[in-house]
Amino acid sequence: MENALEARDIIKYFHDPVSFQVIKKISFEIKKGEFVSIIGKSGCGKSTLLYILSTMDTEYEGALLIDGELMKNKTERELARVRNKKIGFVFQFHYLLNEFTVLKNVMLPGMKLAERPLDEIEQMAFEKLKILGMEKHVLKKPNQLSGGEKQRVAIARALINNPLIIMADEPTGNLDKRNSETVLEIFSRLANEFHQTLLIVTHDNEFASRTHRIIEMEDGKIISPLHL
Amino acid sequence: MNIRLIAEIARSLLLARFKQTLVAAIGVTFSITMFITLLSFMTGLNNMLDSLIVNRTPHIRLYNEIRPSAEQPVNQYESFKGMHHFIHSIKPKKDLANIRNSLAIMHSLKQDKRVMGIAPKLSEQVFYTVGTVDLTGVINGIDPEEESRLFFFHDYVTTGNTADLKNTPNSIILGKGAAEKMMVEPGDVITVTTVKGNKMQLKVVGFFQSGLADFDKVNSYTSIATAQKMMGEASDYITDIQVKLYDINLAPAVAKEYSLIYGTEALDIQTANAQFETGTFIRTLISYTVGITLLIVAGFGIYNILNMMIYEKMDSIAIMKATGFSGRDVKMIFIGIALSIGLFGGSAGLAFGYGLSSIIDLIPFRTQALPTITTYPVNYNPKFYLIGIVFSLITTYLSGFFPAKKASRIDPVIIIRGK
Ligand SMILES: Nc1ncnc2c1ncn2[C@@H]1O[C@H](COP(=O)(O)OP(=O)(O)OP(=O)(O)O)[C@@H](O)[C@H]1O
Ligand SMILES: [Mg+2]
Repeated sequence: MENALEARDIIKYFHDPVSFQVIKKISFEIKKGEFVSIIGKSGCGKSTLLYILSTMDTEYEGALLIDGELMKNKTERELARVRNKKIGFVFQFHYLLNEFTVLKNVMLPGMKLAERPLDEIEQMAFEKLKILGMEKHVLKKPNQLSGGEKQRVAIARALINNPLIIMADEPTGNLDKRNSETVLEIFSRLANEFHQTLLIVTHDNEFASRTHRIIEMEDGKIISPLHL
Repeated sequence: MNIRLIAEIARSLLLARFKQTLVAAIGVTFSITMFITLLSFMTGLNNMLDSLIVNRTPHIRLYNEIRPSAEQPVNQYESFKGMHHFIHSIKPKKDLANIRNSLAIMHSLKQDKRVMGIAPKLSEQVFYTVGTVDLTGVINGIDPEEESRLFFFHDYVTTGNTADLKNTPNSIILGKGAAEKMMVEPGDVITVTTVKGNKMQLKVVGFFQSGLADFDKVNSYTSIATAQKMMGEASDYITDIQVKLYDINLAPAVAKEYSLIYGTEALDIQTANAQFETGTFIRTLISYTVGITLLIVAGFGIYNILNMMIYEKMDSIAIMKATGFSGRDVKMIFIGIALSIGLFGGSAGLAFGYGLSSIIDLIPFRTQALPTITTYPVNYNPKFYLIGIVFSLITTYLSGFFPAKKASRIDPVIIIRGK
């Protein structure tokens, strides 16, 4: 199967306050349709790696290929376009815009991509929210939702442009057990039912055990690429 | 392009902070209102004061300075040719005040395409004789029709009619000040004595009020023929030819040319009234300075609110960048907010400025000096409105530029890590 994402010898240093190497020559690939989790001790560089893979951090050595395309030498605008079209994000915090309704929040990346007419984007946003069981809340403002509901809207927003890959950094970090379970079920369903490629950074070993593959990191290196 | 999307986001951010943006917009409105009002009023005043002088002053005045003739008799004496002459006690010649060949000069001036019209004039020192007292004065023989057409003489004749100078033989229009000194009414007859001693009875047909009190105490007007008769001069005796051009700016150059062609002095209006230009310039400068200062203050207000907005919306900016908005999109959103504050604040400013100038325009303003003015003068030049809106857009753009640039450079990784 084709690679959705490929990292080759990624190296990253931080220089402030002292120079040290956070990511130490990491190489791996994620095939289309794979459901991958990254685990590891706090401070081992998981988030740092994810920001590099997401094209938001451009200060690294090595090569990153998304959908077979090299990300080096792309301009800021080109990278923004790659994120818009091919990557969906879910963070620990929901980052919804309180000025807009739930529906509009989901539509925004679609409107930015502007590959479809507005009514079609609206229709799609509604469907994505429906998959996440949020269709009753479309006209609410984000500050009228519970924490778990906000996170589900954030997942719908990540889905709007049918991205090649969804990346998530501790998406359940702020949620209680029940809500975490819901989000986890959503991700499993996206992977198994819709064959959505997913890369999830998590602390939750139980969560990780339900993914197709676990990448375990330690001190900036991958120590166990287990296939489950 | 995604202009519409960007406009929509800008609008929602703006509405979310409606009160603050309103205050910023009111700052712009206030400064543009003041700018428009000040400029309209100041240039209205300028125009009024200009018209006091400029309308009444010929663009070029041809006359002869009373001075000794350049050609003294000794120069014509054959035996002294080529020698140095020392001549003492030279005196000016009286008849030099007369413009020689005046009819031919006027004829040729009328052919000149740059000339809008000409009015001949004969100015002469006289005494107004009242009982046993002689008051010094100046009589100006004029062509009433041309004088009115070119120099708005009729505007300043407050009592009587300019046409009476032509229709009533031996008539005179007195300066208001002179008439008050002599205590005469229209219809009275006064005696005028020329410097040479000729006496003449003239019938008062009206008064004029020029706005310059000292001028009105001394001057009076008759028809040119009456003045010539009074002085015992021929019908081609005139002392001034007043020229009005189509384009006032040509006056200095044309004056130089006429001086050479006709061999007379030629004084252009710019040289004659240099101090007036300066006054006009300073008043305009003050208006612009005040307007721009206010705008800069308003600009700081906009700068502040945008900075605050960006600080508050860090998260939103970060997620927009994470989900595919480029730095340029973010910049456009905030510049859009700044420009809409400028556009709405500025447009409201134009409207209020217009309203305020209209109110000033209604305030009664009567002055002895200016019989034609009844309310404060206001100039509704559309140019000011154009400058006003352009200024407000430029200032708001500049004050939005730096915050917007800052927003566009926000690194989403730093924000997201910070949570
Ligand atoms: N901007 C920065 N400058 C310097 N050092 C940094 C910076 N950001 C992170 N680090 C350091 O880099 C290392 C990796 O951080 P990272 O956030 O990637 O860890 P993580 O694996 O995501 O941890 P956690 O599970 O707690 O989220 C840490 O030791 C952290 O202190
Ligand atoms: Mg982390």
